[in-house]
Amino acid sequence: MKIIGKKVKRIDGFQKAEGSAKYASDYYFHNMLYASVVYANVPHGILKNIDVSKAYELPGVVYVATYKDVPGINKFGHVIKDMNFLVPIGDKVRFEGDVIALIAAESKEIAEKAAKLVSCEIEELPPVLTIDEALKDEIIVNGDSNIGFHRKIRKGHIEDAFKDADLVLEMNFETGYQEHAYLEPQGAVAYYTPDNVMEIYVSAQCPFYVHEDVANILGLPLNKINVIQTETGGGFGGKEDVPSYVAAKPALLSYLTKRPVKLIYTREMDIKETSKRHPSKSYFKVAFKKDGTILGVKSKTYLDMGAYSTLSPIVMYRTTVHSCGTYKVPHVFVDVYGVYTNKVPCGAFRGFGSPQVLFAIESVMDEAAKRLNIDPYEIRLKNTLDVGDETATGHKLTSSVGAKKTLKKVYEISNYPKLKDYVKKYNETNKFKKLGLGWSHIFYGVSLGSGGQHLDGASAEVLIQPDGTINIMIGNTEMGQGAKTTMAIIASEILGQKLDKISVLQPQTLVLQDSGPTVASRTTIFSGNAVRIAAKKIKENIIGFLSNYFGVGKNEISFSDGNVLVRDKIFTFEEITELCNKNNVKLSEIGWYKTPKLHFDHEKGIGEAYITYTFSTQLSLVEVDILTGKISLKEAWVCHDIGKVINYDGAIGQVHGGVVQGMGYAIMEEIKQDNGKILTDNFNNYIIPTIKDAPQNIHVEFVEEEFSEGPFGAKGLGEPSLMSSPPSIANAVSNAINKRISKIPISMEDII
Amino acid sequence: MIIKFKLNGKEIVKDVPVHKRALDFLRDDLGVLSIKEGCGEGECGACTILVDGKNIHSCLMLAVELDGKEVLTVEGLKDKTIQNAFVEAGAIQCGFCTPGFIISTKALLNENKNPSSEEIKEALEGNLCRCTGYLKIEEAVKLAVKMYNKGSDKK
Repeated sequence: MKIIGKKVKRIDGFQKAEGSAKYASDYYFHNMLYASVVYANVPHGILKNIDVSKAYELPGVVYVATYKDVPGINKFGHVIKDMNFLVPIGDKVRFEGDVIALIAAESKEIAEKAAKLVSCEIEELPPVLTIDEALKDEIIVNGDSNIGFHRKIRKGHIEDAFKDADLVLEMNFETGYQEHAYLEPQGAVAYYTPDNVMEIYVSAQCPFYVHEDVANILGLPLNKINVIQTETGGGFGGKEDVPSYVAAKPALLSYLTKRPVKLIYTREMDIKETSKRHPSKSYFKVAFKKDGTILGVKSKTYLDMGAYSTLSPIVMYRTTVHSCGTYKVPHVFVDVYGVYTNKVPCGAFRGFGSPQVLFAIESVMDEAAKRLNIDPYEIRLKNTLDVGDETATGHKLTSSVGAKKTLKKVYEISNYPKLKDYVKKYNETNKFKKLGLGWSHIFYGVSLGSGGQHLDGASAEVLIQPDGTINIMIGNTEMGQGAKTTMAIIASEILGQKLDKISVLQPQTLVLQDSGPTVASRTTIFSGNAVRIAAKKIKENIIGFLSNYFGVGKNEISFSDGNVLVRDKIFTFEEITELCNKNNVKLSEIGWYKTPKLHFDHEKGIGEAYITYTFSTQLSLVEVDILTGKISLKEAWVCHDIGKVINYDGAIGQVHGGVVQGMGYAIMEEIKQDNGKILTDNFNNYIIPTIKDAPQNIHVEFVEEEFSEGPFGAKGLGEPSLMSSPPSIANAVSNAINKRISKIPISMEDII
Repeated sequence: MIIKFKLNGKEIVKDVPVHKRALDFLRDDLGVLSIKEGCGEGECGACTILVDGKNIHSCLMLAVELDGKEVLTVEGLKDKTIQNAFVEAGAIQCGFCTPGFIISTKALLNENKNPSSEEIKEALEGNLCRCTGYLKIEEAVKLAVKMYNKGSDKK
């Protein structure tokens, strides 16, 4: 490999360092209006009346839009359309962030003032605020029952497992919300141009979702909407479906006023209205043999969806498939329920419904190891998946299974036996500060899998300019993870052009075919393959021409390091592209990639759940202050089998960020509510890790068990990088205090 | 109120409303777009600017308070060492927090040419990053120090 897997500088790095990268809030247009939002601010009720007259009296207010102004379908919902865009009179308010009206005004200040002048009359209803209350179904939040969705796995005979077991563990777990806390709040600028095209500049992960959703709201054909992805300041799942709900607001106001409209959320709006990681409650009953072999897993997990289903049914698919962890389990009986409550709708967050159950199953594994007097490392090694094994859904794995290698690598790089010894000695001599070691071993089904295969295709256009510089437009987005650099590396590997001559553009929906969402750690495989295919086609065009032109064999032409070798003569890449251009050689191509069809029985939860799996192991060392309850992650050792490392620095960055964000979830971050209203609505009370909370070191290694369908063998890393962290840290805390942790975030009370 | 101040070396004279935040004034009126708003209450540091050599959250400052001051943002950095170090170290992901971190690093290195890990953490605690996990950011600051020391060796 010439450049694949090498350390390179990210291609958009300097632009970001000099502040010239343009995010949604950096777009300004002549004659632009500013939008504000009128929220319901009650958790449950019936909207009786809206009075906008006072708002209109304020000079500078240009439009106050309500449900009556929506020209298309006033509804959102990816699976079922159960959420109003703007709540109609007579309909229900189901959480505090339901939107009643939108204001367009000449300035931000006027828009905000006007929002306070809209009065709405809401007849309040008692709210449903917990999973337990919701399950009673006495007050219905949405639809016919608060249990909106159910998914399951039925494999083998679970009762046999319990009958044959030497140890049966029954354990309950709870997990809390997590707010994405991307540094850039949600935002969009919309402009309905004089030629009747709705241009939307938006911070997003899924411009094609925005495209379709705004088309529905406005009743416009898709070829009259151009969603232009701006630089995006972090997503983590929080900008999957939400930007549709955000962008539709200025889009409607621009449609109505024919002027550009800007809406940038404040942090408070963002935390109050937009999705979070689902809180959960789980009940696990797991059967083991004396030697640690798992016989069966029976589990029931409830996810708190909040007021609307949004992406929950898809999230639940991943929860279900990951409920048994990365282990061979012959008997499986898994139930996952999505429950409506009168709170903020939950949705996608890095890990997508798997961290909740991975915390549970990994805690069970540690507890079993303890009871059976087996080392936590050994019990994982014994049960983990290998080539030829079946996952819990009965998916037989035929290749690219590096699970064992990741375990062994972490054992080796952490010098585990010595480390264990050190911790033991430390704890014998320290009364109030205790160290703890915790393992986690997880897997991640890459991309959308059988739950969303209709979205699993991606497009990319590669264009070589006559001067040899290259533009690539991909259908997935750069949101910080390094997709642009990864795509440039793939093109550079194939075409031999230097990285600094390659630009990667964010998608525009009027240019590229719908490439699905930028989620599920799928960009490297999908956009990466699309770029690979397009670049290869162009390379063939060039080789075909050169072979004719110079009268040499096709195999006598090669590309590397900014040069093209034709038999024994070296040309610069620029000389060749100039020559090609003068001779009408096609220097632009579109690549399209889709995955082979997966077979899955959704009724039984059995089959090929995902195209491939990433396997990961983490060992964490924590220090717990017994007196104050303070937990510090001191050091972590992590290894991921991602098939092939393409963008080395980017991959390290994902793991570092994932470990620390996962640490926040496990020990720091907490959404506090009062009567369904979020109290922790900014960073002064929703506390995320600072540089002082970061561990001293995160040791990262990769295993490369190539995935034959992946570009150069690559799988995905974005989410597993977080997923290994919470269970590893929770197990380390349990180990330090010698008491099982069964709830995250771990609070002071759990320690003291 | 009419204020007079220096922005990235250039003299600015402007009439500003007394209630306007420095952040909005610099971004909306003067087009200094490296300054980002992440929280609006001085917690995230994305809007950090250098005022008379000190790093300040511009969301907590009024535009009129800039009167008579010297303001520096990444747009005005002539010496690119810190920026290069951030790129080189892999300390940038989404980039939204990056200009703020660079300005805070500049403030630190103006005062302390050879900060320890603890001093770096102390100086950057007011800047939040959700992507990198901070390890590469600390590395970037150390790299910048190394690059400066190398530069002064040559002289």
